[in-house]
Amino acid sequence: MSKLEDLKTAVINGKRKDVKTIVPELLESGADPVEMLEQALIPAMSVVGERFKKNEIFVPEMLVSARAMKEAMKIIEPILIEAGVKPEFKALIGTVEGDLHDIGKNLVATMWKGAGFDVVDLGVNVSPAAFVQAIEEHSPHLVGLSALLTTTMPAMRDTVEKIRGAGHDKVKVLIGGAPVTLEFAREIGADGYASDAASAVDAAREILAS
Amino acid sequence: MRLPLTPKNEYIMKYADLAISDPSQLVYGVSPRPLKTRYGLNIGGGTIYPELNFTLPNMDIKPATLPEVYRHYRQIAEETLKRAAELEVPGVVLEFETLPPMTEHPEIGLEVVKILLDGIEKANSAYGLKAALRCTPNDNREFIRPPLMRSGRYWEAMLELFEKSAAAGAELLSIESVGGKELHDDALVNGDLRAVLFSLCVMGVRDMRFLWEHIVGIAGRHGVHAAGDTACGFGNTAMVLAERRMIPKVFASVVRAVSAVRSLVAYECGAVGPGKDCGYENPILKAITGFPMSMEGKTSACAHLSPVGNLAAATADLWSNESVQNIKLLGAMAPVCYMEQLAYDCRLMNQAAKDGPEDRARLIKWMVESDAALDPQALILAPENCISLAQAIVSEDSHYAAGISVARKAIGILRESHQQGRLRINEREAGWLDRMEDELDDMPESEDEFIDEMMEEVDLEKFTPQDYDLPVPAGAQVHHSHSEGSAPGCLGCGSH
Ligand code: B12
Repeated sequence: MSKLEDLKTAVINGKRKDVKTIVPELLESGADPVEMLEQALIPAMSVVGERFKKNEIFVPEMLVSARAMKEAMKIIEPILIEAGVKPEFKALIGTVEGDLHDIGKNLVATMWKGAGFDVVDLGVNVSPAAFVQAIEEHSPHLVGLSALLTTTMPAMRDTVEKIRGAGHDKVKVLIGGAPVTLEFAREIGADGYASDAASAVDAAREILAS
Repeated sequence: MRLPLTPKNEYIMKYADLAISDPSQLVYGVSPRPLKTRYGLNIGGGTIYPELNFTLPNMDIKPATLPEVYRHYRQIAEETLKRAAELEVPGVVLEFETLPPMTEHPEIGLEVVKILLDGIEKANSAYGLKAALRCTPNDNREFIRPPLMRSGRYWEAMLELFEKSAAAGAELLSIESVGGKELHDDALVNGDLRAVLFSLCVMGVRDMRFLWEHIVGIAGRHGVHAAGDTACGFGNTAMVLAERRMIPKVFASVVRAVSAVRSLVAYECGAVGPGKDCGYENPILKAITGFPMSMEGKTSACAHLSPVGNLAAATADLWSNESVQNIKLLGAMAPVCYMEQLAYDCRLMNQAAKDGPEDRARLIKWMVESDAALDPQALILAPENCISLAQAIVSEDSHYAAGISVARKAIGILRESHQQGRLRINEREAGWLDRMEDELDDMPESEDEFIDEMMEEVDLEKFTPQDYDLPVPAGAQVHHSHSEGSAPGCLGCGSH
């Protein structure tokens, strides 16, 4: 098995210690950090995501893998930045104003990170103005909005309106949360909807490609 | 009233014995310490009553919509109480669980309280219906991150709504409090039992003491009852996550057992029941305290799914539907439909009880056995298991020790039932019993040691140690700017 395969396996199995030894060894032997990311880390998380989707593992096991990947990123990220390699996509995510539910939103953020996105998490109860401000500060490709209350779905609509109203027409908006539907996404002018964390990566890629 | 602390500042458990130690006495409709209400309900005195819970349909709550908001509640009170009278229920409790803006702006919540009390009074004079109101303000303290648990506008507004509702005549005061939840969501998604114990039995217990001393004080001033709390944001979050296969059911079952230690504190501070409907840990608390409890099961499918639809009724003193929106169904408005369902459930249970203890016992057996073998979360709440769990709690003298002890007992019950073929545990879950037991084996002797260890591990950005009487570790930087909004979640950075 190649060392890259070892790294991938270590992330899949959530072996943080192994990751901490393999990554420096790979770098020592001249491996390309971009290759490590694209051929080991991201594919590992996509295996984990698949397993989770198929009910083969639980969230705690998925998060162990996510932390193992994070361990690797801690080492290679500075090198990537130095080399001017930017993550494929930058994303913002937050729970809309009036809403404190964040378990689902956090899982989506984890999956996006696993897919190699640079994710800025704005937290909960985020006002439309705060979303707009963060877009101006971070210039993301993608914004994720989460709402779990029927009473905060209007805040989602306001947020999309404020984002578009501020002239940010290019940034893609993906929404989710238990009461939210694709129909609602269309109605409020969002670009897409995903029903769960496992499909949030594909949904994001899809709207980013369109 | 201040409850005693040990010299080491450990919180001492108040209950050392069980009020009900015989599983055959842990039955619906009867509790050793029943509670009488103004219009003559005798909760836990032999009859089980419906407790109806309701909410608004999808709509904004803002000044312009307030007339519509009030219209909904007026309609709910009028129509549901009329149906209750037509069905000749022996009595009914209405629960008004506020929506966050109604506690943030207590004048809105208070107006609804008055509308509902008015409906109750009218139904009494029109039909002689016995009814009482439970008022459950929101615990909005977590709207600020990290939460301000002991001061600030959310705390003040919440107390104001409690005080004014009690003064207006809301007889039962409850809350779904959130103390300790700052770390608990992460503990759940990480399957981290140690952090669960810290959230529930260290942080939760401390906040419950602080909060319930206030609520009990308010109830006392107005001659109403401090009813009880629920570990909803803990145990039910776990249950929903387990239902979606996100965390193991055996883990959620153990979380449920441990959550009883936290909810118990309300009664240690002077709450008298009926415990709040969504506290599925309530049967354990009924065994310990003898106070009546509200429960919900199949009739709360309108709000959330659960694996305890029948079993939950076995030990209930009030039978609830958790929450239903005021929308039109074919039969009637949804709250009216649910009033009817609850009324018929209670009618059946009361009939069985009237026919004698054996008939009641048979009905209970069916309720329990139809659920218990299929899901660990149901099994753990079967009456005889509730008694064992309750015993594990009162055998210890600190909440910390009680948490470990009840977790161990829960694991033992699950393991044994699985081995004896009385419970189905998914293969993928079985290993979690060992994993949890290992975690318990590694728990330190004393709470102080545990606190010292945890304070080194936890994310101090997420909560304010002082609000929990917890020491800030030397060298730790706690620079909180309590902000409304923006608290990045960090599922990926737990401590294990
Ligand atoms: C856990 C929970 C809580 C916890 C939240 C803990 C937390 N940190 O999030 C606590 C206890 C704090 C809570 C509080 C309240 N809650 Co609550 N809560 C729930 C519960 C049981 C589960 C939610 C959850 O975590 N699910 C698990 C996660 C993993 O799933 P998820 O959130 O759906 O996320 C997935 C997808 O939706 C999607 N997704 C989510 N966000 C996004 C974003 C993007 C961009 C994408 C692509 C995808 C995506 O991917 C996620 C992962 O798969 C739901 C019940 C339910 N049926 O949803 C009620 C529920 C949402 N709550 C409800 C209510 C009423 C409340 C309260 C108002 C209760 C009260 N009276 O105080 C408060 C409101 C507080 C507030 N202002 O927000 C109601 C809402 C009813 C309504 N009218 O909308 C529900 C439906 C329960 C019920 N039936 O009554 N709640």
